[in-house]
Amino acid sequence: MILKTVKDAKEAVADIPSGAFLMMGGFGLCGIPENCIEALLEKGITDLTIVSNNAGVDDFGIGLFLKKRMVKKMISSYVGENEEFERQMLSGELEVELLPQGTLAEKIRAGGAGIPAFFTPAGVGTEVAKGKETREFDGKPYLMERSFISDFSLVKAWKGDTAGNLIYKGTARNFNPMMAAAGKITIAEVEELVPVGTLDPNQIHTPGIYVQRIFQGKKYEKRIEQRTVSTYK
Amino acid sequence: MLTKEQIAQRIAQEVKHGQYINLGIGIPTLVANYIPSELDVVLQSENGLLGIGPFPTESEVDADVINAGKQTITMLPGSAIFDSAESFAMIRGGHVHLTILGAMEVSEHGDIANWKVPGKMVKGMGGAMDLVASAKMIIVAMQHCSKDGHSKLLPSCTLPITGVRCVKKIVSDLAVLEIDPEGGFILKERAPGVSVEEIKSKTAGKLKILGEIPEMQFN
Repeated sequence: MILKTVKDAKEAVADIPSGAFLMMGGFGLCGIPENCIEALLEKGITDLTIVSNNAGVDDFGIGLFLKKRMVKKMISSYVGENEEFERQMLSGELEVELLPQGTLAEKIRAGGAGIPAFFTPAGVGTEVAKGKETREFDGKPYLMERSFISDFSLVKAWKGDTAGNLIYKGTARNFNPMMAAAGKITIAEVEELVPVGTLDPNQIHTPGIYVQRIFQGKKYEKRIEQRTVSTYK
Repeated sequence: MLTKEQIAQRIAQEVKHGQYINLGIGIPTLVANYIPSELDVVLQSENGLLGIGPFPTESEVDADVINAGKQTITMLPGSAIFDSAESFAMIRGGHVHLTILGAMEVSEHGDIANWKVPGKMVKGMGGAMDLVASAKMIIVAMQHCSKDGHSKLLPSCTLPITGVRCVKKIVSDLAVLEIDPEGGFILKERAPGVSVEEIKSKTAGKLKILGEIPEMQFN
């Protein structure tokens, strides 16, 4: 097996430069690469373009990057939980490309799978269609969307082995598997790093071929955005 | 006038046995509380879950199990987890039968606007554009008028649209309406105590009134 382990987040992100095109896994704050985010904050690089479904909240996740003005452009589907984001976007300080969530997911999936473009019905007749080719198939219009490949993809999994095989837990899977495949360099952080041979090959979600670097995160806060509990048992 | 809970309750009457359903954020999420227990349906969450269960108890809370509104939830027996590309493959592929979502405006042709108010609010479309482009049945839960009294059922949308000619049915706080493929809102039911005249005066788009309009029934 090819060993992919690096010591920690700091070593994993050491060569990410200002101006890089990044993909960051997660849906809301669920399944985000917390340790890589912290390491990048310390590094203090700027002019990043980030593909991430959301932009974190004001004081956690990608929201922390925004506060430090590290981001030039965000490519997301939903950014409603972050006041600083909205302020920077409306004032024009931050470039924002909003895409339908399924289009975003498929652009990433296609990138990792060697498909340069695809046609989708989502966004036909809307602002999203501006400047994009529309073509009819079987009488229905579709938009052509180009795929994405990142310089670095930062993903988070539940368990991983030293060969880079990953298993996610619950809805923390979300965008992580496609982003792992779409990164020129993919950095995976996991809650538990195990030796090769420990994980059941039948249960692997992301095969190690997509992962160049892996480490066990120092700690995970796993902040909950909307803690909603039922009052009865 | 219906409360948000009553709008959800009325929409729940549209749910059919055996359906896979995606519920949007807000009033649509409440619909789950009113689906009759004898109907077997599966709720899809576009962040990657089929089989949304009730909210967890304190001891069941798991940060890794949330719905598309980022609320903590549980998974019912028989649930399945998948990634976001798979999730939208099943949405665009037409496998989800029913989509229920909120709207800021709906046009008499079934166009919907719910993601952006230029210069003021830009939250993003999330999964809404994919959902409205593909679902077979789209029901909108909405307030009939804005807070300052302007009709949100219009001849054409004034806000940036989310999808073209896709809405089939609307349940507002005043009425149940269907979109006529030829154009127009067909009035089907009135909220209890609301007159046809009131609905007429609060609908800016073309309202079609065919015969007697019954009141909504609630159990």
